[in-house]
Amino acid sequence: MSERWIGKSVKRVEDFRLLTGRGTFIDDHPPVGNVHHAAIVRSRHAHARILGYDVSKALAADGVVAVITGEDVAKETKPFAVGVTTPVHYYCAATDKARFVGEPVAVVVARDRYLAEDAAELVEVAYEPLPAVIDPEKALEPDAPVLHEKAGTNLAGHRRLVYGDPDRAFREAEVVLRERFRFPKYGSTPIETYGIIARWELDGVCTVWSNFMGPFIMHPLTARVLGLAENKLRFIVPPDIGGSFGIKTSIYPYIALIALASKHAGVPVKWIEDRREHLLASSSGTDRIAYREVAAKTDGTVLGMRFKWLDNVGGYIRSPEPGCSFRPTGNFVGPYRFQHLEVDASVVMTNKSLTGPNRGYACGHLYFETEGMMDRLAEKLGLDPVELRRRNLLRPEQFPYRTPTGGYYDSGDYPATLDKAIGIARYDELRREQAKARAAGRWFGIGVALAVDPSVSNMGYVATALDPQFRAKPEYLPKSGAVDSATIKVDPLGRVTAILGTTPQGQGHQTIVAQIVADELGLTPDDVTVVDEMDTFTRVWSISSGTYSSRFGSVGTSAVALAARKLRAKLVDYAAHLMERPVADVEFRDGAVRPRAGKGPSYSVKDLAGRAHWNTESLPEGMEPGLQATAVFGFTVSKAVDAEDRVNSSNTYGFIAEVMAVEVDRQTAAIRILKYVTVHDAGTIINPMIAEGQIYGGALHGLGGALYEELKYDEDGQFLTGTFMDYLVPTASEAPAEIEIAHVVSPSPLTPLGSKGLGESSSMTVPAVIANAVSDALAPLGLRITELPMTPSSLWHLIRDAQKT
Amino acid sequence: MKPAKFEYHAPSTLDEAIALLVRYGGDAKVLAGGQSLVPLLNFRLARPAALVDLNRIRALAYIRDENGLVRFGAMTRQRTIEFSPVVARRLPLLREATRWVGHLPIRSRGTIGGSIAHADPSAEYPAVLTALDGEVVARGPKGERTLAPAALFETYLTTTLAADEVLTEVRLPAMPEGAGWAFEEFARRHGDFAIVGVAAALWRGGGRVTARLATAGAGPVPRRLSECEQILERDGLGDAAIEAAARRASELVEPDTDLHASADYRRHLAGVLTARALRRARETARG
Repeated sequence: MSERWIGKSVKRVEDFRLLTGRGTFIDDHPPVGNVHHAAIVRSRHAHARILGYDVSKALAADGVVAVITGEDVAKETKPFAVGVTTPVHYYCAATDKARFVGEPVAVVVARDRYLAEDAAELVEVAYEPLPAVIDPEKALEPDAPVLHEKAGTNLAGHRRLVYGDPDRAFREAEVVLRERFRFPKYGSTPIETYGIIARWELDGVCTVWSNFMGPFIMHPLTARVLGLAENKLRFIVPPDIGGSFGIKTSIYPYIALIALASKHAGVPVKWIEDRREHLLASSSGTDRIAYREVAAKTDGTVLGMRFKWLDNVGGYIRSPEPGCSFRPTGNFVGPYRFQHLEVDASVVMTNKSLTGPNRGYACGHLYFETEGMMDRLAEKLGLDPVELRRRNLLRPEQFPYRTPTGGYYDSGDYPATLDKAIGIARYDELRREQAKARAAGRWFGIGVALAVDPSVSNMGYVATALDPQFRAKPEYLPKSGAVDSATIKVDPLGRVTAILGTTPQGQGHQTIVAQIVADELGLTPDDVTVVDEMDTFTRVWSISSGTYSSRFGSVGTSAVALAARKLRAKLVDYAAHLMERPVADVEFRDGAVRPRAGKGPSYSVKDLAGRAHWNTESLPEGMEPGLQATAVFGFTVSKAVDAEDRVNSSNTYGFIAEVMAVEVDRQTAAIRILKYVTVHDAGTIINPMIAEGQIYGGALHGLGGALYEELKYDEDGQFLTGTFMDYLVPTASEAPAEIEIAHVVSPSPLTPLGSKGLGESSSMTVPAVIANAVSDALAPLGLRITELPMTPSSLWHLIRDAQKT
Repeated sequence: MKPAKFEYHAPSTLDEAIALLVRYGGDAKVLAGGQSLVPLLNFRLARPAALVDLNRIRALAYIRDENGLVRFGAMTRQRTIEFSPVVARRLPLLREATRWVGHLPIRSRGTIGGSIAHADPSAEYPAVLTALDGEVVARGPKGERTLAPAALFETYLTTTLAADEVLTEVRLPAMPEGAGWAFEEFARRHGDFAIVGVAAALWRGGGRVTARLATAGAGPVPRRLSECEQILERDGLGDAAIEAAARRASELVEPDTDLHASADYRRHLAGVLTARALRRARETARG
């Protein structure tokens, strides 16, 4: 039997080049002839009317070839389509008003970046400063400054979604609890910032090299804004991208801006975002104010919940927002059985930078609130938090499970996963340790958090933002889908090249794909060359293609497996023809096509490849020459949102159970993580080492949001965290000393390999589990965490105030 | 994040460096390890007409232990100090403080003179200089002068050094044999500037206790806690005296609120860290 590669911790083929500094990122792109460099002039005001520009000094400066301003943008581009019906005109740069500090207002193109930055200081923009608002609740008050006059309100969108009969659930409840939560605005800090080279050619084709991990819906959005046919806008991605975590989804307005700059300047234009720009004006998750209610019976059965959300999307609602509210629609109820839910979601515009997908897209928010409520309920009922959760968990026999909000949980064994986490953490022992610690006056806490981990978003969820009446109109076109492609070809010497429609950002796709193809074709991973480097002109792709929403582990790998199987079927057909046997009498086994029974020659892949390429006469009649296969995999469970606002917002759903123990220093209020256990059910694990890396990274990202990271503004909308001295990202030193990782495997019935996505993983649970652990530690003070991040200073103030009362 | 245009000079002698500073009449900046200045240049928060780079002046990098005084050339790297046997023996407090300075790559470039001349009140070296009654030597066109910390540190990122003066040497009296020490620091992350730091040294001699205490991060300049020292010198090193000194420390400091911590929290931390530092210093003290 040939060796199986799936399930092995195969070393990443990417690492040698990355660890020796030989990666090829966008800034390493081979020089494009006559390339010039852009510096972006940005608004210093949080909110200001733009009265005019004087670019004469900048244009006269050394090395400058062009300056474009909002006037050019307004004249020559269209606003981007947005996901709501509110008239928000979002252009790639400010045209009438600046609505957040850092919003692009002009672009200078010069011979080099130094000269461009020198000249950018000479661009004069006349502003009429206006009052700013940064808090989403204040932004909805009647006297709040309005950002978009045409909209007449800062409310970009509002939906009240009702599933089941929540009013009745709350009427019949024996216990009702309420809480207000605040979730912070933070990003991902990819080590590589945005980077773009745009070349507007005379033949009307615009070529854009960038580290965008689409094309996704942003390619057509950008083409439309630039007035280009889609097949005249070429997106090319370099071999390496230094991380995205969702953040690079939002590079597309800059692609439009730099493309326009190239068109104007008549030269190719390069722009590498610097770190200050990245912190100031790339993308982040939303900050959210949430009002939560839970209705339950005294035995702990949750009957229903109410969510009221105010999601702050900043100065404009930028697609794919309002995903901040609706991306988790299918998994709103998480891992629990309750059937009644009301979601009141307001998407609010304020004078902050814009938002978009950020690892865990809206799930960190969701579970921070839900798991916080579960702990409050347990406390209220005098139940252990694990026991309370057990009483509400979906049971294994309920899978596949249709949630009340339309989600279709494909597989899982939630109680077994929870049990495993509890077992590894030695939960009972931890509780005994806690009792001792408390008796000694220590603040020792244990937190639990559970989450359904959705992967591969179904684009259709975004329409949940629209009223059902609007969606019922004949001119409304429903949306749905989650598709990716792969091509496998065998060369004349029998080696394989796999060409992907996905765009890795460090996840190790080349390694994973080689493992899959090796298994499907009985080869070794070394026999497989994997080509990513998306090029919209040459690859097969569809509107949802790209690497976001943990798609690769689920949809990308599926396309690869199917393409390999298609090719294998062709090899079998061909070999059967050579053997002069019926196809049913031969099989593909151990890297060769062999007779099922009896003796006879067998044909290896190498052998077949040589014959097929060198002697087409040997092909059976009607067989297409060449040995290649393209598969496009799409999930059939991706359907448009229905009239009752139900939608299967993702396609595969994993599960996470975590336990964390912490101690809060009684003197400094510093949080020390003593134990952290995270157990995942992501279906088949293709490469355990890579999966582990994703979980580590996700956990650290969640820790960032919980303890360190926040993009902060003062009351006037001035940005306060523009450097890494102010915006603190956890480093290796801040990581828990040990992360105990384990898996439960419930293969997905929807994917050929049984795999699911795992890229976002613990980023969505750590804010919840650590907040619960700290709340538990501080329970003797009657304190519960409602806001993140928990900085030592803020926690100390909470504790001091609690001790005073 | 590209700096505005500047001239660059890399003299090989101190005299040349001073002459250059005079020539630019206050419009030049001295470049030492560059760990603070270079980011300021890139952010265009500093826009000098010229940089005078001291990195080629070999005579400015040394550690000398003479007559109870340890003298550091201003360009001595923090990494050198961290591993210097002289520092380990004579100034263990400085060695411990060095471990709190940034991260390894920062210490490999950063210098003792640069850190002190930059005068970030959250930095470790200014606090040690203040605690140990050190002094610095500055040289300008009119010659040399020595300055005590109180005469050097004016406020945030500001010293009394003239624009044409170079900080050339840092002098720290060697700690007596048997002295105890501790540098306690609290920061949000490893390697960050301190939210609050406390440098402490204690020794006994002639039947009496000598205490040295100074803070980082608890006001616009490093603060010597003389009143706390007096409490210990009067009442000894018992727990009660240490608690009293710690309480006094939190009353004496004058911190500000910033993004990372409130003034109240810093004040509280000054007390907590003073107590921790004193207890640890007491443990390490001999005799």
